[in-house]
Amino acid sequence: MTVPVLSVRDLTVEFVTRRGTLRALDKISFDIARGEVLGVVGESGAGKSVTGSAIIGLIDPPGRIAGGEVVLSGERVDNLSPEQMRRIRGKRIGMIFQDPLTSLNPLYRVGEQLIETIQTHTTLNASEARKRAIALLDEVGIPAPDRRIDGYPHEFSGGMRQRVVIALALCAEPEFIIADEPTTALDVSVQAQIIALIKRLCKERGTSVMLVTHDMGVIAETADRVAVMYAGRVAEIGPVRDVVKDPLHPYAKGLMGAIPSLEGEIDRLVQIPGSMPRLSNIPKGCAFNPRCSKVFARCHIDRPELIEVGDRKVACHLYDQPKAEIAA
Amino acid sequence: MLAFILRRLFQSLLVMLAVALIAFTMFRFVGDPVNQLVSLDTPQAQVAEIRRSLGLDDPVLVQFFRYLYNAARLEFGVSYQFRLPVISLLGERAPATLELAFMSALFSLLVGIPMGVYTALRRDSALAKLFQAVSLIGISLPTFLIGILLIYLFSVTLGWLPSFGRGEVVKLGSWWTTGLLTASGWKALILPSITLGLFQMTLIMRLVRAEMLEVLRTDYIKFARARGLKTRAVHFGHALKNTLVPVITIAGLQLGSIIAFAIITETVFQWPGMGLLFLKAVQQIDIPIMAAYLILISFLFVSINLIVDLLYAAVDPRLRATVGAH
Amino acid sequence: MSTTNTPSASPSPQKPPSLLARILDSDILASFLRSKVTIVAAIVVLILFIGAAFAPFIAPTDPFDPATVFLADASIPPVWQDGGDPRFIIGTDDQGRDLYSAILYGLRVSLIVGGLGVLLAATIGITLGLLAGYFGGRVDAVIMRIADVQLTFPAILIALLIDGVVRGIFKSATREDTALYVLVISIGLSFWVQYARTIRGSTLIERNKDYVHAARLVGLPAPLIMLRHVLPNVIGPVLVILTINLALAVITEATLSFLGVGLPPTQPSLGTLINIGNRYLFSGDWWIVTFPGVTLAVLVLAVNLLGDWLRDALNPRLR
Repeated sequence: MTVPVLSVRDLTVEFVTRRGTLRALDKISFDIARGEVLGVVGESGAGKSVTGSAIIGLIDPPGRIAGGEVVLSGERVDNLSPEQMRRIRGKRIGMIFQDPLTSLNPLYRVGEQLIETIQTHTTLNASEARKRAIALLDEVGIPAPDRRIDGYPHEFSGGMRQRVVIALALCAEPEFIIADEPTTALDVSVQAQIIALIKRLCKERGTSVMLVTHDMGVIAETADRVAVMYAGRVAEIGPVRDVVKDPLHPYAKGLMGAIPSLEGEIDRLVQIPGSMPRLSNIPKGCAFNPRCSKVFARCHIDRPELIEVGDRKVACHLYDQPKAEIAA
Repeated sequence: MLAFILRRLFQSLLVMLAVALIAFTMFRFVGDPVNQLVSLDTPQAQVAEIRRSLGLDDPVLVQFFRYLYNAARLEFGVSYQFRLPVISLLGERAPATLELAFMSALFSLLVGIPMGVYTALRRDSALAKLFQAVSLIGISLPTFLIGILLIYLFSVTLGWLPSFGRGEVVKLGSWWTTGLLTASGWKALILPSITLGLFQMTLIMRLVRAEMLEVLRTDYIKFARARGLKTRAVHFGHALKNTLVPVITIAGLQLGSIIAFAIITETVFQWPGMGLLFLKAVQQIDIPIMAAYLILISFLFVSINLIVDLLYAAVDPRLRATVGAH
Repeated sequence: MSTTNTPSASPSPQKPPSLLARILDSDILASFLRSKVTIVAAIVVLILFIGAAFAPFIAPTDPFDPATVFLADASIPPVWQDGGDPRFIIGTDDQGRDLYSAILYGLRVSLIVGGLGVLLAATIGITLGLLAGYFGGRVDAVIMRIADVQLTFPAILIALLIDGVVRGIFKSATREDTALYVLVISIGLSFWVQYARTIRGSTLIERNKDYVHAARLVGLPAPLIMLRHVLPNVIGPVLVILTINLALAVITEATLSFLGVGLPPTQPSLGTLINIGNRYLFSGDWWIVTFPGVTLAVLVLAVNLLGDWLRDALNPRLR
């Protein structure tokens, strides 16, 4: 197997507050292969966005990476100096933000923002950068890009702005992109277009994607593999088909049950009782134990590690014992 | 855009009309203009004659419009104390006040903005904390105390700078006098400018700091960072520009209050400006000067407000768009 | 405020927690105890308030009793300087008044004027803000328009104009008679806008909430709804403005008195004392201006610090 584009090992992120240290990410690990789309799902507060910020080295204080490592194409990046990390951002790791209405600077023309970014990461001169910017806008599907490049963000619709954001994220041809809920703030009618656009562009370029979302439908359609996160931990990770069709972790089961299915399989629409614990209040053992329907003694004592089950990994004690006991 | 300008112009006009009404009421009803022109032994018939010649027997509305008309021609009557036209008294003193206000505004911006940016970017550094502490003291110390303190330090104790007056002034044109062309004029300007500007400076510093911290938290700054833009470009290109847009408004409005607060500074430093004149007028109940000062200052405020609004629209493309749509 | 904490018969579905409940709920006490600066500021404010309140009992002499003031004692420096007199710890002023006593009384006057002025401003502002926010429409437009105009005029200017006008109308009145009222009214009329804007903003939000609808459905009259139901829920930020405004009001009063249009030397505030002292600065009598000046600065600084802390602790997004 070749070196993965991104490899996250035991990544731990902590927020030091006056009430004590909160663990937003607790030893999470996953890989993303070249050209692969990894979907990351979970409820809000599960640590999806923090994972993205940690990888790109932009966790706001008082948060900090407290342990683990982030390896980009074989090179460790979590311990780089701020200046070295800055050179990687945008150049090798791109990021698409959630809300296109707020992610563009309102006082600068779209073109100025593109050209500035291109020139930061390449040696192109101003007119070459502008040509490149127009080509990019064209590529992300902005009509009349040679004219629109001089427009201000507020002159674009939400969907168009998200296309600009995508162009900005891709303008230095990064090998890996973090898309943090790229469609949440958009109209439903536009969502599919944007997802299709990200998928197409990344396929053409061979770019790997970490697609953070809470929309299981998007994951099922777009991702190659999926990681289910719960309370700052990875609950289950594996090929999207397996995880969606037949989730192993009880939480993943509940989550998948939350996708309404067109075939009308009534039994699949289940609800998970309760809500995710606050970071300050994560139970001992398995974080999911208060809500789990299959909870047993060990869940209250040991924290389950990720164990391999076929193609995937799952952090659940149910799968860490002889098959016979599960059935019981 | 044109509609916006017209609407703002109309609003400004309304405000000026309201102010003029107040000034007129003061002028007409608080101080009886006739009493000041006659003495106790003036015959009753003569008093009546003066009343009529001044038009004080006309309907109030007519008098108001006459007052407006005169005010528009800068005729505000005659000062009770000086027996001179108010406008020449004010005109004589306007350059002193305007130079002082300009210098303190410059001082407050040139020092306040960098300090605000610094305290926002290096929030936890010792220097930033020092700036913060100084700013709190600057806001807490009344202007006149700062003036007294500076005089005590630099005039009384050290003897470096004069404690009162404008120094040597040079006449420019027919009525403008300036202290900016002589060494003593500059020396005399230093302490008053700092005194007057210090409060605004701390205000601007705190404003810039708060605004910048807010901007630094926005998504577009995060996105700019995530694109790997240089820290300098993020801070001084993206963040500063967005910070300064609202700061322009407040700073512009502060210019008006600087001129009003000049009353205090001019008193402390015996600065021969309009503020000092106004204060003496208040003490002597010299209504024509009070009314004229009120109108002039209001006119200044309203003009500054208007300019700031238009500037704001020119700087912020979003506003330009919404304004244009109206 | 306490009335809203006791369960009452008033209709209150989904009524937001009252101010008191919020204070107890937020870690206001914890944040207070954590900030050493705030504790010091609070102690200073407390000492100054007590000093002002009990000035007649604390002050060694009554600086306004001509029988105890002798011109022979004029301009005596503080005890630690040559020529100091143990009777006057920090010296005397130009008329032989004990400076320490004069400062205590001056503080009292400053705080009374500032406090009354701020209360008047709050009353005007809250009333107009409630009316504007609750009724909206034309009422709102007119009130807020006046507020805009008002805001363009600095407090000092308004106060000076009012002073001039009042003395123009009541020509016979001496400053002793009018000064206090003129100052309180000037401060009240200068500072109400901030209250009005804040209250209006939150009232606009509150008036569309269910508990107000419910109160209206029950048929409660508008004034009652505004006072009993809306007001307790919008009053929170006012506390912060009150604190910060007290500092501003004290400064304004001192400035006016310094300018000679505030309180006369016969009933001096801190500003009057500074004004008197300023005249003797050049002759080297530094203490007459210094001690009242320091007292004023410390008072304002401490109140400002408390205000800053209160704003952060309650954390309503104030401008």
